[in-house]
Amino acid sequence: MIAYIIRRLLATIPVMLLVAVIVFLLVHLAPGDPASVIAGDNATSDQIARIRETLGLNEPLWKQFAIWIGHVLQGDLGQSLFWNQAVSELILQRAEPTISLAITTLLVAVTLAITLGVLAAWKAGSLLDRGVMALAVTGFSVPVFVVGYLLVYVFAIELKWLPVQGYRPIAEGFWPWLERLILPSVALGLAYLALIARITRTTMLEVLAEDYIRTADAKGVATRPMLLKHALKNAAVPIVTIVGIGVALLIGGVVITETVFNIPGIGRLVVDAITRRDYPIIQGVILVFSGVYVLVNLAVDLSYTLFDPRVRY
Amino acid sequence: MATIAEPIALGGPRGAGLRSFVRRNPTIVIGAALLSVVVALALLAPWISGDPFTVAPVNRLQSPDFSNFFDPGKANRFGTDNLGRDIFARTIWGARVSLMVGISVALLSTSMGLLIGLFAGYFRLLDAIVMRVMDALMAIPGILLAIALVALTRGSVPVVIFAITVPEIPRVVRLVRAVVLTVRERPFIDAAVSVGSRPAKVIFRHILPNTIAPLIVQATYICASAILTEAGLSFLGAGVPPEIPTWGNMIAQSRLFLARAPWTIFFPGACLAIVVLAINLLGDGLRDRLDPRLARRMR
Repeated sequence: MIAYIIRRLLATIPVMLLVAVIVFLLVHLAPGDPASVIAGDNATSDQIARIRETLGLNEPLWKQFAIWIGHVLQGDLGQSLFWNQAVSELILQRAEPTISLAITTLLVAVTLAITLGVLAAWKAGSLLDRGVMALAVTGFSVPVFVVGYLLVYVFAIELKWLPVQGYRPIAEGFWPWLERLILPSVALGLAYLALIARITRTTMLEVLAEDYIRTADAKGVATRPMLLKHALKNAAVPIVTIVGIGVALLIGGVVITETVFNIPGIGRLVVDAITRRDYPIIQGVILVFSGVYVLVNLAVDLSYTLFDPRVRY
Repeated sequence: MATIAEPIALGGPRGAGLRSFVRRNPTIVIGAALLSVVVALALLAPWISGDPFTVAPVNRLQSPDFSNFFDPGKANRFGTDNLGRDIFARTIWGARVSLMVGISVALLSTSMGLLIGLFAGYFRLLDAIVMRVMDALMAIPGILLAIALVALTRGSVPVVIFAITVPEIPRVVRLVRAVVLTVRERPFIDAAVSVGSRPAKVIFRHILPNTIAPLIVQATYICASAILTEAGLSFLGAGVPPEIPTWGNMIAQSRLFLARAPWTIFFPGACLAIVVLAINLLGDGLRDRLDPRLARRMR
C-alpha cells in the first residue's frame, strides 16, 4: 500500500511537469511580444523593458523555463507586476476565504447530494425521485452567477436574512464567518450537487438490483442499514470518483462566486489580475489550482481501498 | 421483396409516428422545441427588436412593461438598463453570440479531438505522449486556462471561441480514443488490415464511423458547457468586449443595480439557463437514443 502511494505520487510528477510547461508556454504562445502585451497600450518602452527584465524574457526559451521551474520548485511563483509582491505570498494571504468557501461547499453539497441520490434511488419513480432528477438537470444548467444573484436578491435584499456580500475571517467569530458563506456555498455547490446526486442515484439503482440486497431485505435487515451499509458502501467507488472529478467544477466556480459575492480570495486575485494583465499571478494561480485538482484525485484513487477491500494495491 | 419494405411503414400514419416519437423521446422534443424558439428569436433579432446599442439616459432603469409586447419599436418590454438600453433587444442579440460560440466550440473541439483521438488510439507510440499531454490539459481548470488565453490577447469572439475550445479537446480525445481502443480489437479491423488496407483507410473508413454516435452526444454537452463558460468569461471581464451585448456582459454591467432593477439581470440570466437546459435535455435524449451503453450508466 505504501509502495503504491509512493508510485502514484511519482506518477503525478510528469503530469504536473507538463502542466507547468503549458502554463509557462501560455505567455510565449500569444502572438506578438509578451512584454508589450502585458504592459498594455499606453506603456512606454521603458516599462516594456522593465517587464522584459522582471520576466527574464531576454534569455532563450529553454533557459527561461529552466530558471522559472527551478523557482517554482522552491515555492517561488514569481513577482506580481502590479502588487510588487511575491505571487506565492499573495496567494497565501488570499487562501483563507477560498479554503473556507471550498470546505463549506464541499460539506453541504456532498452530504446533501448523497442523501438525495440515495433517497431518489430507494423511491425510484416516485415524486421525490422526479424532483431530485429535475433538480439535477436544472442545477447543472443554471450558471453560478445567475444562481448567486437570484439568492442575493431573494435572501439578502428582499428578505434581509443574510448579508449581501463580503467575507469575515473565522477569527472574528464563527457566525459572522458562516453567515457570509451560506449564499456563496449554495450558489457554488448547486452544479456540484446536481452532478453527484445524479451519479449516486444511478449507482444506487444498480446496486439495489443486486441479489445480496434482495437477500438482506428478505432476511429482515431494516431499511436504513440496508441502504447505508449494504448498498451505499458498494456504490461508493463511482460516487467518490465523481466527487473528485467534480472538484474541477468547484475550482472554476470559485473564481466566479468570489466575484459575485465580493470575497477577497484566490479567485478574486485572478480576476483582478486579468484587467491588469498581471501574468505571474494568473500563471501562479493556475499552477496551484491544477496541483490541488491532481492531489484531490490522487486521494480519491487511494480512498478506493477504504470502500472496497477487494481493491488491493 | 415487399416484406423488406414493410418495417418502414410500421409506425402507421405519419401523425401517429410523430406522436409516438414525442412520447418516447420527451427530452429530445422539449429540448429541441425550446432551442428552436431561441434560434428563431436570434435569427429574427433585427426585425422583432429595437437597436441593442441605443443609449437613452432619459429612459434609464425602466421596469419591464409587457403591454403592446409585439410592437418592435417598444424599448422597455423587458425594461431598460442603467444606460437606458433595451434589455429585450440586448437579450435577443446576446443569444446570437452565445449560440455562435456554443456551436463553434462544439464543432471545433469535436473535430480536433476526433483527429487527435483517432491517431492516438491507433498508433500506440503516439498514444503514450498524446495522452500525457491531455492528462495535463485536463488538470488545468478550463475557465482559468481560457482566462489566461484571453488575457494575453485582446478579447474578441474568435479568441474566446479558441480559448474555450482548447480545454474541451482532451475530453473528446479521451472519448474517441476509448472507442478506437475497443473497435481496434474487433475482427473486422483485422480483416481490413489483412487484405492490405492502409492505416489511413482503416482509421477513416472502418473506425471513424463507430465514434460518430457518442461524438454527437458529447458535442451537445460541449455546446452547453461552452455557452456557460462564455457567459462566465464575459461576466469576469475576460470574454467578448463589453460593448458587444452578451448575457455575461449584461449581467456584469448591471450587477450594481441588482437591488433597484433586478430585471436587468433576471432576463439575460433566465435566457442563459433556458438555452443551456434545452441543450442539455437534447443531449440527454440523444444519448438515450444513440448511445445505450452510456445511457444505462447515466440514467
